[in-house]
Amino acid sequence: MTFKRRIIGASVVGGTGLAAVGIVVLVLYIMATIVIGGWDVMSWEFITDSPTEGMTAGGIFPAIAGTALLVLIMSIAGVPVGTITAIYLSEYASPRSWLARLIRFAVNTLAGVPAIVFGLFGLGFFVQFVGGGIDNIVSGGTVMKWAQPNLLWASMTMALLTLPVVIVSVEEAIRTVPRELRAASLALGATKWQTIWHVVLPNSTTGILTGGVLAVSRGAGEVAPILFTGAAYFLPQLPGALSDQFMELGYHVYIMATQSTNVDATQGIQYATTLVLLLLTFCLNFSAIFLRARIRARKIG
Amino acid sequence: MNAASDVALRLDRNATVFQQAAVESAAIPTAPAGSEQSGRRRLAPGDLRKRFRPDEFFAEKIITAVAVVSLATIALIFVFVFREAFPILFPPEVQSLAMDEEPIETYGEEVVGNQTSGMAQGQERSMRSETAGAEGGVTAQNLLSTSWQPVSARPQYGLLPLVLGSLKTTIIAILIAAPVAILAALFTSSFAPKWAKETLKPAIEILAGFPSVVIGFFALMVLATMFQNLFGYQYRLNAFVGGVAMSLAVIPIVYTVAEDALTAVPSYMKEASLALGATEWQTAFFVTLPAATPGVFAAVVLGFGRAFGETMIVLMATGNAALFSLNPVEPVRTMSATIGAEMAEVVFGDTHYTVLFFLGALLFLFTFVLNAGAELFIRQRLLKRFRGD
Repeated sequence: MTFKRRIIGASVVGGTGLAAVGIVVLVLYIMATIVIGGWDVMSWEFITDSPTEGMTAGGIFPAIAGTALLVLIMSIAGVPVGTITAIYLSEYASPRSWLARLIRFAVNTLAGVPAIVFGLFGLGFFVQFVGGGIDNIVSGGTVMKWAQPNLLWASMTMALLTLPVVIVSVEEAIRTVPRELRAASLALGATKWQTIWHVVLPNSTTGILTGGVLAVSRGAGEVAPILFTGAAYFLPQLPGALSDQFMELGYHVYIMATQSTNVDATQGIQYATTLVLLLLTFCLNFSAIFLRARIRARKIG
Repeated sequence: MNAASDVALRLDRNATVFQQAAVESAAIPTAPAGSEQSGRRRLAPGDLRKRFRPDEFFAEKIITAVAVVSLATIALIFVFVFREAFPILFPPEVQSLAMDEEPIETYGEEVVGNQTSGMAQGQERSMRSETAGAEGGVTAQNLLSTSWQPVSARPQYGLLPLVLGSLKTTIIAILIAAPVAILAALFTSSFAPKWAKETLKPAIEILAGFPSVVIGFFALMVLATMFQNLFGYQYRLNAFVGGVAMSLAVIPIVYTVAEDALTAVPSYMKEASLALGATEWQTAFFVTLPAATPGVFAAVVLGFGRAFGETMIVLMATGNAALFSLNPVEPVRTMSATIGAEMAEVVFGDTHYTVLFFLGALLFLFTFVLNAGAELFIRQRLLKRFRGD
């Protein structure tokens, strides 16, 4: 009886362990496949050159630059808004106020909205409504400049998509600022805003940075929101203005793997592009994990 | 408007006490001479009231206003996705009326730069919508048919194959992801030695950090061929491949939420079970897991929502043929993939465009309800259970 029970126990524990091992092996396998597949094509020229010969040769520089511009503009728009929302939620709002609860609910909901719906929203709101409105005011609708997919609208769409990421990690960081620090500042006669500006925020810069990095990582990896808000199939030159379209790494992977003229001939390029994208998000996530570990260490220490 | 007292009343943390004391101590030296003579005067109730500071007041108002952005975004998503999908919610007669007015506005002003071509397109499109109306363009009957052929002489907008496709892929993904993720979560919370935890957690974080287009690419290049060789079915890209790939995206979510729920089970429950002579695995499976059921269930629901809306993976790995069949190894076209693949090519404001927005509205509603439900469920049930009400 006890022997039988021990066998059952071992197999049950083994089963859960197997699931865990399976996940780890799978992650390693995916990474290995992509690294091996892209290794031969990977070179300095691949990163710094433009695609040539109908995208069957050359590099992916415009896609890398486009991704960088996208996440840069996205961060400029999204990180301040996210940070201020986090300040509101943790410093100003009483946890029981209906507005704070509603905002918190909105943030949670926003995190669960599918990326493709953000894309539709970007098209309906930014491109058609805002862009169309700007065109109407500027030229009476005769010149169509903003009412089409472009870098700015794609970045704004992405900023909204990554807003919850920023809010959650900044709020976590603000909460680790010791209450005594705030109390000391207030006791010295500083006002609430002075306390936030001079005490709370300087102590949560790591958290704001983490939020930004996580948002950039998410933004660099999402393709669905920019499918029809600004990404371009192929552009020989870099976007020169906010109203230009742009190439993007993830989108490049998608079209090269599904819609390019010769999918088999460009396999190396596809793997290498995926590798670049993966390395990018990997580095970003790794630095976010590192930064977060530092925040948590402070909380304990 | 007694704004200052309003603010004072609403400040609720103990920080306020310090602040009021600070304001008070700052105020005493500048108090009128008359009160100084009485030496240590007593505090009148009014003295504790915070002085009105315009900068503080506006700082708070501005911060509150910015914080409302996320709320506004949700509202705007509702408004704009549904606005574009709106014509479809009308019966055909009303719709054709609405459409006669709309194109002039949409095409002339917003979309097409030059007025004449705008008019031409508007006319062309209203003709098109008339013909579509004659064929029953977006009648409920058409929407509920089983054929999705939006680009043809007789456009068919049957949503059923798309809904079925989404459900099929999502269910396959959940059937794989949920057991794996829940078992792994149970392993971490109940059995794992420290080093195993420290290997698994980063692996999960890395998996969560994989862009969905990378997973889609992996499925397209590696999984599809591997499974075809393994099982020998006919189509290389199908619902099964898409579902397996999607489970990779779902595992981290289910794992994280389930692990939180399992770790939150109070230790006295486990200790009581162990004290009664139950083994560790019996405690894990018969005490910890049942106690965390609401959280684990919520984890699965959240995973379901994520999978249902996922676009890039299914766009790349499912073959994208809108077949109306239950066979898991046939190609499918999901709702999200349909939007992703077709939106770039439609004419703004056209019936096809409207139907795609309608699909988006459905997706949004569905995930909204799932997420809201899961959140309420976690809060209410889990808290209630652990407080022992």
